[in-house]
Amino acid sequence: MTDIASGLSVGHFLALGAALFCISLAGIFLNRKNVIVLLMCIELMLLAVNINFVAFSRQLGDAAGQVFVFFILTVAAAEAAIGLAILVTLFRNRRTIDVADIDTLKG
Amino acid sequence: MDFPLFAFYAFAAAAVMSAVAVISVRNPVQAALFLVLTFFTVACTWILAGAEFLGIALVLVYVGAVMVLFLFVVMMLDIDIARIREGYVRYLPVGLLVAAVMLVEMLVLIGIRARSAVPFEDNVAMATGVADIPNTTWLARALFTDFLLPFEVAAVILTIAVVAAVMLTLRRTPGTKHQDPAAQTRVQPGDRLRMVKMDAVRLVAPTAPSEEKQP
Repeated sequence: MTDIASGLSVGHFLALGAALFCISLAGIFLNRKNVIVLLMCIELMLLAVNINFVAFSRQLGDAAGQVFVFFILTVAAAEAAIGLAILVTLFRNRRTIDVADIDTLKG
Repeated sequence: MDFPLFAFYAFAAAAVMSAVAVISVRNPVQAALFLVLTFFTVACTWILAGAEFLGIALVLVYVGAVMVLFLFVVMMLDIDIARIREGYVRYLPVGLLVAAVMLVEMLVLIGIRARSAVPFEDNVAMATGVADIPNTTWLARALFTDFLLPFEVAAVILTIAVVAAVMLTLRRTPGTKHQDPAAQTRVQPGDRLRMVKMDAVRLVAPTAPSEEKQP
């Protein structure tokens, strides 16, 4: 498997991760109203971080990076499950998923 | 340009374009499908980098489970898409500005450091350490020795997440019939069976002849 990646260096993967991170950041700015797309953007951000972990794990030959990606995947799956459950409950109670309408705690 | 580098550029372009599509399409269902495409392409780049196990795990966990969950929720909710898109144009300049500035800063930093980066092929510290060990074996040796306690904690986190998701969405409507195990185990014989004390022989009451002669 080591002779698969030729010419690729860690910079390529870091650039891809940075691009995905900034796209998801722009998505959080743009989709203010839609909580579902906000959750998707958070997943994209975690994916961008995971790309960096994989690249550095490959670069340094350290298994800890890829193990950490494993844990991030676990936490992201748990976060998606709980977030979507909160979203379903919210929609059931308020009939909306607009972030602007969810201002009960504003005081 | 050799073939893996070309493949990486193709995958990266596909990932970036589908990620842009995720945040810009109008329909949340289409956004979820584009997110599936993004995850799949990124998994392809991981396999290209030599992280086969994580690439397959990403496809299985995300494309197989999490995205299906997203699609279920998106299709269950009756969302007014036109209202959702209202603030889109208003936040478009500031969002694009912040994202573009951050991207340029990161790329400058990465570009400076990448001048001295060793390509993966020439890297002494290969992904496996020893070239014969497959990626999954290499990862499992670290995961089940040094990281055994975090691994178990991750399993507990997943269990708690499942319980929390079920408890959040559980709704007890008054009309439904369901079992209560506590009440079932707590039950006494007296709750189910009622002893009625009756006489063995019952006297037949004399019938009133006047009532039977109705026309």
